Amino acid sequence: MARDEAEIDFAVAGGGLVGMAVAYGLARLGRKVTVFDEGDLAYRASRGNFGLVWAQGKGVDMPNYARWTRLSASLWPELAEDLSRASGVGLELRQPGGFDICLSEEELQGRTARFEGLRDALGGDYPFETLGHNALRRMLPAIGPKVAGATFFPEDGHVNPLYLLRGLVQAFQALGGRIVNGTGIERILPEAEAFRLESGGRVFEAGRVVLAAGLGNAKLAPMVGLNAPVKPNRGQVLITERVQPFLDHPTAQIRQVGEGAVQIGDSKEDVGLDDTTSPEVVGAIAKRATRIFPILEQARVVRSWGALRVMSPDGHPIYDRSTAHPGAYLVTCHSGVTLAASHALRLAPWIATGETDLPYMEAFSAKRFDLRSVA
Amino acid sequence: MPSGSIFARLPEPDRRPVTLFFEGEPVGALQGDSVAAALLAAGKLTFRATPVGGAPRGPYCMMGVCFECLLEIDGVANRQGCMVQAADGMRVSRMLGARGLADSNGPAR
Ligand SMILES: Cc1cc2nc3c(=O)[nH]c(=O)nc-3n(C[C@H](O)[C@H](O)[C@H](O)COP(=O)(O)OP(=O)(O)OC[C@H]3O[C@@H](n4cnc5c(N)ncnc54)[C@H](O)[C@@H]3O)c2cc1C
Ligand code: FES
Repeated sequence: MARDEAEIDFAVAGGGLVGMAVAYGLARLGRKVTVFDEGDLAYRASRGNFGLVWAQGKGVDMPNYARWTRLSASLWPELAEDLSRASGVGLELRQPGGFDICLSEEELQGRTARFEGLRDALGGDYPFETLGHNALRRMLPAIGPKVAGATFFPEDGHVNPLYLLRGLVQAFQALGGRIVNGTGIERILPEAEAFRLESGGRVFEAGRVVLAAGLGNAKLAPMVGLNAPVKPNRGQVLITERVQPFLDHPTAQIRQVGEGAVQIGDSKEDVGLDDTTSPEVVGAIAKRATRIFPILEQARVVRSWGALRVMSPDGHPIYDRSTAHPGAYLVTCHSGVTLAASHALRLAPWIATGETDLPYMEAFSAKRFDLRSVA
Repeated sequence: MPSGSIFARLPEPDRRPVTLFFEGEPVGALQGDSVAAALLAAGKLTFRATPVGGAPRGPYCMMGVCFECLLEIDGVANRQGCMVQAADGMRVSRMLGARGLADSNGPAR
């Protein structure tokens, strides 16, 4: 096999939002980074997602995940500025606070109770609000009569996720980062002081390796003594023609993007490696959207698509270091847009230096799924 | 056609002539033309202004994928000119910016 001679401090498997955020963060610190990605037929959550920067509801059963997500929301303006400078394209980041809309009173009460529990666990620092129909109508005049209310979280927002990916790629390359795409990494062989990687008939040698290959991590992780129990979960998304602004805040179900189109999502379906759309689900999503905002009955849907989420068993991120093969890391999560800022500006430095002032990074290890450690 | 168009029609004697109205002005077309084809043949190149920057745009793909050919046709906003057949008496105007969504409580802001 042909040998690649480039010096690689870090090889990153996966060129989606997670891999690119970590790669960009490492390159910022002066590390020599090569990203390996598959070709255009790969499953890529990063090119089919909803674009929310969303802290609300994250970590209800893991307060450290709530802390980590909110940290990312607070770092987002810095990331967006750096990336738009590098790519010359604004990311359309807006963080005016977001609403999660409920169509029944029961749902609203249940959600409020869960958020109160999280607020207690965080020592009172969880500034959500619950709004009934009338209060919500003052903030979002377009809601329909069947809307019971919503929870509001002031740190939530949204961004154009494709400009985010493009910004990460361009900023990374401007720092000298290299991307090798086509076949991805087929095999990783740990050696005494380095890792041998095989990709598309070539062999690469890297000092350290970060697995950020989304669903592909399940296969790569055991090669370096790690465990990545991730499974696909499909979401379908609809997008309408561009219309005049009618929605000043993103909601968990519907947002109006920077150019005026309305993005509507998203289902949660356990269908394996199938990223197609289905008329029943698209219909149900559209129907629910018109109950939330009846004026959407007039809007024409111009596209719909399916994409696969990368889900861990508890839905929380997995950040891990291999003890069997020091220098190998695993990074995966289900909210790679939201966490892009934490990944680039906090997780990458932790990987690069082994140091962090955050007390909770070890809590995200996949060891939590190990039955023996629970017993 | 004596329209100053950059496009020239093939001789097609079997197709019936129809007349539509673009911005109030009569435009001659042939039965089976898409609205976009009829307007381009008549030398009308600007169909819309973009919702974001207001830049002038016209048809690009002529097959329903690019949405550059948006027009208001018979009172319906944001229709793709390349996907609608021209008909006698059709009222067509430019699509300037984004459409609004009006509801029973009044027009959208
Ligand atoms: C419908 C939907 C809506 C979503 N909405 C939001 C949202 O609003 N907000 C939010 O924060 N998140 C959202 N997400 C989640 C977000 O999109 C993902 O968390 C994020 O994109 C995951 O990025 P990733 O890089 O881990 O995975 P992916 O984007 O799947 O990328 C993985 C990459 O790894 C590559 N790869 C695989 N195997 C290998 C290998 N062996 N070697 C090298 N490369 C390999 C693949 O080619 C691929 O490019 C949504 C997801 C979906 C599906
Ligand atoms: S010209 Fe492309 S959609 Fe009509």
